[in-house]
Amino acid sequence: MTLRRKLEEKIFRVLSALFTLIVVLVLVHIIWSIVEKGMSSLSWQMISQEPKGGFYFGKEGGILNAIAGSFYLAVAATVLAFVISLPVALFMNIYLIKYQRLLISIRFFLDVLWGVPSIVYGAFGFTLMMYFGLRNSLGAATLTVAAMIAPIMIRAMDEVLKTIPIGLQEAAYALGSTKTETAYKVFFREALPGFATAILLAFGRGIGDAASVLFTAGYTDYIPRSFGEPTATLPLAIFFQLGSPIEEVQNRAYAAAIVLTFIVLCISVAARLLYRLRKN
Amino acid sequence: MVLSRRLVDNLSSKWMLSCLIFCLLLPLAIGTGLVLKSFPLFTNHPLGSLIFSSNWSPSDGQFGFWPFILGSLWVTIIAIIICIPLCLLAAIYLTQFAPGWMLKFMRPVIDILAGIPSVVYGVWGLLVIVPFVGDKLAPYFGVDSLGYSILAGGLVLAVMSIPYILNMLLEVFRQIPVELGEASLSLGATKWETIKHVFLRKGSSGIISAYGLGFSKALGETMAVLMVVGNVVQIPQSVFDAGYTLPALIANNYGEMMSIPSYDSALMFGALLLFVIILLINVIFRYIIYKSELI
Repeated sequence: MTLRRKLEEKIFRVLSALFTLIVVLVLVHIIWSIVEKGMSSLSWQMISQEPKGGFYFGKEGGILNAIAGSFYLAVAATVLAFVISLPVALFMNIYLIKYQRLLISIRFFLDVLWGVPSIVYGAFGFTLMMYFGLRNSLGAATLTVAAMIAPIMIRAMDEVLKTIPIGLQEAAYALGSTKTETAYKVFFREALPGFATAILLAFGRGIGDAASVLFTAGYTDYIPRSFGEPTATLPLAIFFQLGSPIEEVQNRAYAAAIVLTFIVLCISVAARLLYRLRKN
Repeated sequence: MVLSRRLVDNLSSKWMLSCLIFCLLLPLAIGTGLVLKSFPLFTNHPLGSLIFSSNWSPSDGQFGFWPFILGSLWVTIIAIIICIPLCLLAAIYLTQFAPGWMLKFMRPVIDILAGIPSVVYGVWGLLVIVPFVGDKLAPYFGVDSLGYSILAGGLVLAVMSIPYILNMLLEVFRQIPVELGEASLSLGATKWETIKHVFLRKGSSGIISAYGLGFSKALGETMAVLMVVGNVVQIPQSVFDAGYTLPALIANNYGEMMSIPSYDSALMFGALLLFVIILLINVIFRYIIYKSELI
């Protein structure tokens, strides 16, 4: 009997360690297999040039249009989402702090909203676009992505603001501050380091998502110069180039995947470092 | 001076409130938009036949979503079945057995897994999973398969769901009071018995919710699945058959949907279906989490 118990304990210790190892190995394998496949096609030309004539038959050019487009899109969407999220998060933690039940429902609601898949945002963005008679453009894609990342940003900011003690708020009122001043001068400053993590998180989501911009961004070989122009994005560039039957074009897709993975990796590490800094 | 401060406060309060209301109305707007767009479809197709018919030929005006619903369910269920032992045991190891540095090491790993864009998972699936299923697994079971299959979709989706589910499970185990475990250990139970009889029971609602939310997340996943599942409209007979999922259907056909009558309505109906199902699942499991946190 005791032997059986000991054996069971041993088995599950080993098994659970093994499964954890699998998770790590999967990550290593994903990065390794993409780097191995795409490294040979990765060149300076590829990340510094726009596609030239015959690019999609394996000739000269690069994916700068997609890299730049992705950055424009992610930056614009993050800024827009920030402009909407900041007031919401502050409002929840300053004006609604007395109404805990309402606050709980709003948080619940935002959490649910987080679960809505990006393809649904994409479809919705597309319907709006049709309704207002807009065409595929950087602007339409920005709106769609901003709507998608706003709930994530609000909840992440809200988690930071939640930790600020109520005493700080009371102290600010006692000195004669209005609620707005308390919000933007006291709370905002106090939570700023934490906000950086929230912003990076949302930015990472925005730059990597393809399904939401599939309908709204369009695709072009040029770097967009205004919000009215269509734009290429990295995830879509990878997706479209993979669909090509020409091997060189496919290889470029793998190289583009390295670029995208590298960007996302940097964002993830930066977010983690910022989080550590704040903790200390 | 005082007046202007008051004015600023007043205006900014209104601005904040309107932002909040805007955010709360967003899902309502999404729902209404999709319903309005898919409305023309309902006039000559009853809801039941839309969902349960498997006759899909847009050019003849036949829209049966059953193959796509089945395809989505198959892929997602395979992913969750793989994730159940994998994530649960990994979470147990990290919170109970492993030394503290291990969890510290795993957090960035989970972060990075969660951050990898779904297209990149799709690329990995094409490079690794599809050949693996086509050249190794299928011959082993004596089946012919190109590799682009329900199983490949499920495997890629399982990997994508790991960080999401694992994170929630870690949180569930973190919230279980230490005293509970200590009481069980002092009664002579082994660590594993304590986990099995005390922690798993105590965390059961959290664990179930983690998988429920993981299910809804996997159900809505588009690009990675689209790239490996094969995209053939059929009712899959085995996991080695190619399939087609609901999100993949929407993503693949947006280009031609304006040229065929009612096609755009049908695709928007697909999005609506996805939206409603996922919203429902989310509400149910978030509510269970919320209730279990109160106790």
